[in-house]
Order: sequence, then structure tokens, then C-alpha cells
Amino acid sequence: MIRLPYYPGCAVQTTARNYAISGIAVAEKLGVELVELPKWNCCGVFPSLATDDLMRHLAPIRNLIHVQEMNDSGVVQNENRVVTFCSMCFHTLKEASLFVKDEEKLGKINTFFEREKEFVGGVKQGYKGGIKALDFLEVLRDIIGYEKIAKEVKKPLKGLKVAPYYGCLVIRPREIGIDDPENPTILENILEALGAEIINNPNRTQCCGSYHTIDRKDIVAKLTYDNLIYPIRNGAEVVVTCCPLCTFNLDFRQKEARELHRDLKEIPVMYYTQLMAIAFELDKQFYGVDLELHHVDPRPLLKAKNLY
Amino acid sequence: MEIKQKKEKKEEIVRIYIMGREYKVPAGLTIMKAMEYAGYRFIRGCGCRGGFCGGCATVYRVKGDYKLRMALACQKTVEDGMYTSQIPFTPAEKPIYNLEELSPSVNVFLEYYPEIAKCVSCNTCTKACPQDLEVMDYVQAAIRGDIQEVAELSFDCIMCGLCAMRCPTEIVPYNVALLARRLYGKYVMPKAKHVEERIKEIESGKFDEEIRRLKETSMNNLKEMYEKREIEPE
Repeated sequence: MIRLPYYPGCAVQTTARNYAISGIAVAEKLGVELVELPKWNCCGVFPSLATDDLMRHLAPIRNLIHVQEMNDSGVVQNENRVVTFCSMCFHTLKEASLFVKDEEKLGKINTFFEREKEFVGGVKQGYKGGIKALDFLEVLRDIIGYEKIAKEVKKPLKGLKVAPYYGCLVIRPREIGIDDPENPTILENILEALGAEIINNPNRTQCCGSYHTIDRKDIVAKLTYDNLIYPIRNGAEVVVTCCPLCTFNLDFRQKEARELHRDLKEIPVMYYTQLMAIAFELDKQFYGVDLELHHVDPRPLLKAKNLY
Repeated sequence: MEIKQKKEKKEEIVRIYIMGREYKVPAGLTIMKAMEYAGYRFIRGCGCRGGFCGGCATVYRVKGDYKLRMALACQKTVEDGMYTSQIPFTPAEKPIYNLEELSPSVNVFLEYYPEIAKCVSCNTCTKACPQDLEVMDYVQAAIRGDIQEVAELSFDCIMCGLCAMRCPTEIVPYNVALLARRLYGKYVMPKAKHVEERIKEIESGKFDEEIRRLKETSMNNLKEMYEKREIEPE
């Protein structure tokens, strides 16, 4: 069993619980124990792109300090990696870890943390550098490997037509991305290992509309239509995602998208970890489909395919 | 010799500045007592004098140190060169809600206090807390809708308001925490079964006769009964 520090983030604890529940179970099946950070705060959501906006980097760096503390207290040994499921958390943590490679910036940020020492609830030391944020997809590809995933498959997803969708946060910009920004293959490879039929999705690296979903539903509804109509026309039965925000927009905004375009058929949206839990034949609670977190219920499709 | 030392100590005087004005007061007094010594009379910003009510929030700085520090006037003793000012009231945001109509959902905090999403986790609120609470951590727990965590981390909050005064993103941590403890008590915390049973017993009139008898007993007999009462072994 490999023990890896795990940063949950708010989404997978609440509206995207199905992602973490399935992901943690899948990881365990593959010999990886995800050990939640004893203390963590918001990842910082959207890294600030201003080079002098140090305040906005406190949140992600504080989380990286908590990974350091896990090593100091012996929860993990010499472990400089931290795993996330949420693409936004991964992106923000990694961006911040690269940002403070500039020693002058790290120095200023650490001066701020230095002053917390005397307070209850403050961190006891600054960030030493070197913590690496990993998206769980990287754990599957680089630490576990596709072959081992294929070996664990008990119920191949034969005949299930899946269209991968990446969004942007795990592949762009190049320094942060975990795969080719224009032509990623990591989701396809995992789904192939599960025995699913991959449907070409030309829009798989397009923008989902992100946080416009709060105040400009119209923009997101339009994008959701664009992002779903091509995979549907190509015959997809389910869209597979790796990001809670993309998932929310692709799934829940179908309602608004259908009001704009009556030709849009409903299509379920699922996390790759849910399909892994199904293919591994884990306990049904780890499929994460019974938590009322899906807008389009995937259960009828899964039942029709004898997968549920 | 000992007596002389004591006497010297008693006469030790420190110089403090109350809202900018200089006063010489005996060392060892709390800020509150020092202000009263200097002639101030509290009609506001003073409650229990025991560090529990949160009424006497104070901002101070000590000469030679650039940091603004926070304390309760009834707890913090004066230091030489201390500049102090009282914050008896914090005009902070406090939405009106009906607890009966709320549900303990993950979005309840974001609905009533959407500004919590702006938290940059700078921990300034934590530094301000005179109760040594992990304020930022409970604000973070509120963002992710963890009612129990907010309620537990904020349990010793005395609502002094200093966290809200210091937050650079204008969050009102202490009111967020109050909502959490209300929701926790009403919807999350397991109900105490023995209390519910006892309430039923009271409502069914089980103790009415006993209470009636006690009411009719004379004071002297009551005292005697009290003295002879059975005391549960510890």
C-alpha cells in the first residue's frame, strides 16, 4: 500500500461527493491509500495571475505547508506529493507551488507565515518548497499504470459508449497540464483499460463556462449545448469527466441548454472514477450514483447495460 | 527587606494612553480597571468583567511595537507605553433568518454569508481572537458546509467582533459561527433521550402532586428537607 497525502477541497466533500467516494475506493483497490490532510483550507480557487498578488497565494501555500506538517508528524514518510480529485484544486495548488519557486516571492510569503507562530491555530513554519500537486489521473497513469487498472476489471464496460471531456484545468497551461493540451489521451487510456467503447468528442478540451454558471447561465447553457451535441451525434451514451465544475455545467445546465435547443437529448455525465468503481465491481455505495448528485440520472443507462 | 520590596512593587506606576490621552496608573491593573482608575465610567463596553461576555473588545499597541493587538479590557493587564481604544460595538452584517425555516444544508452559510467565499486564509481573524479560537479554520469549514466543525471550533466564541473588524475580505466570522451553532443544536446534534423522556413525564403531570406538596411546605420544613436530602454518590 502506498500512502499519499490527499487534499479533498470543498467540491468533492459536498456537491461532488460521488467523485471522492468512488475515487478513494478505487485508489484503495489499486493499492493507494489516500490520507486526508489533518487540516486544510480552500485551495484558493483560481490562482491569481498578477505576479505581485501574494495574498492570493496564501491559501494554496498554507495547504502545502500542511503536507509538510504531515511529514513532520510522521503521518507519511518523506512524501512530497499531494493528490487531489478536483481539477480546480489541483490547478491552484500546482500553480502556487510553481509560483513560489521564485525565492523572493517565497521569502515574502514566508515572512507573513512567520508571524503566525505565536498564535494558536497558526502554522509553525513557512513553506520549504518541493511539494508536488498531483491530479489523481496522474496517480493512475504514472504510479499505478494502465495495465494494473485493466487487471482489476471484473466487469468490463463492453458496449458502453463513453465520450471523455477534459475541460481546461488539468491540461492548460502547458507548465501545469498533465497531458498534451491539445490532444490529451489519459482519460481515453483509462476508459480503454475498463473495456469501454471510446466515442470521439471533438469538444473535449473546450471551456465548460466555468463560474459564469453562477451569474451568466445563458453563456454556460450555450457552451453546454456545444460541448454535448457532438459527442451525442457521434453516438455517446455517457460523458465522462474529471472536474467537478465541468461536471456541474455539463450535467445541470442541460436544463437551460434544452430550453435554448429542443434537439438536445439528455445525456448522463459521470466521473471516470465512478466507471472504474463499476468496472472493478466494488460495493454499490462506491458507485456514487445513489446520492442524488446527478441531474441526469445515469442509473437507467447502467441498468440497461447490466452494469448496475 | 521583604516588606520594602512589596511596598516598592505597590508603587509601580505605568504610563498608558487611553484614546490618545496620557494617564499614569498602577501596574497590574486590567485595562478596564485602569480606565476606571483614570476616571472613566463604563456605561457601554463592559459586561461580566470575567472574560465571558465579549463586551469589552479592545485594540491596543505597545510603544516600540508596530503591531496592533486585540484583547478583552477586563482580561488584559496594562503595560508601560500602551495605547488603547475600546470597540464596544461592531456594526457588522447580520442577516435575519428564521431557524425553523432553514435546513442544515451545505450551502446554508454561502446563502446567508456569501462573503465567506472570499476568504484568502490569511489567518488575520485567528490572530485577532482573544479566545485563541481557530477562526479562519471554522470560516473554511463553513465554506464547505461542515456545520459540526464550525460549531465545535467556535464553541468558546464570545461574539466580541474583533475578527470581523480585522478581516481584509469583510467576512463576519462570529455571526457565521452563531448560525452554525444554532443549526447544530437544532438539526445536527443528537437529541438527549433522557431529557425528552423527562419532558414527557413532566407534561403528563407525573410531578404535579410533588410540586404542590413542596409549595405548601413551610420554609423551615423546606430547609430541613434540604439538609436531609439524599445526595448522589460522586
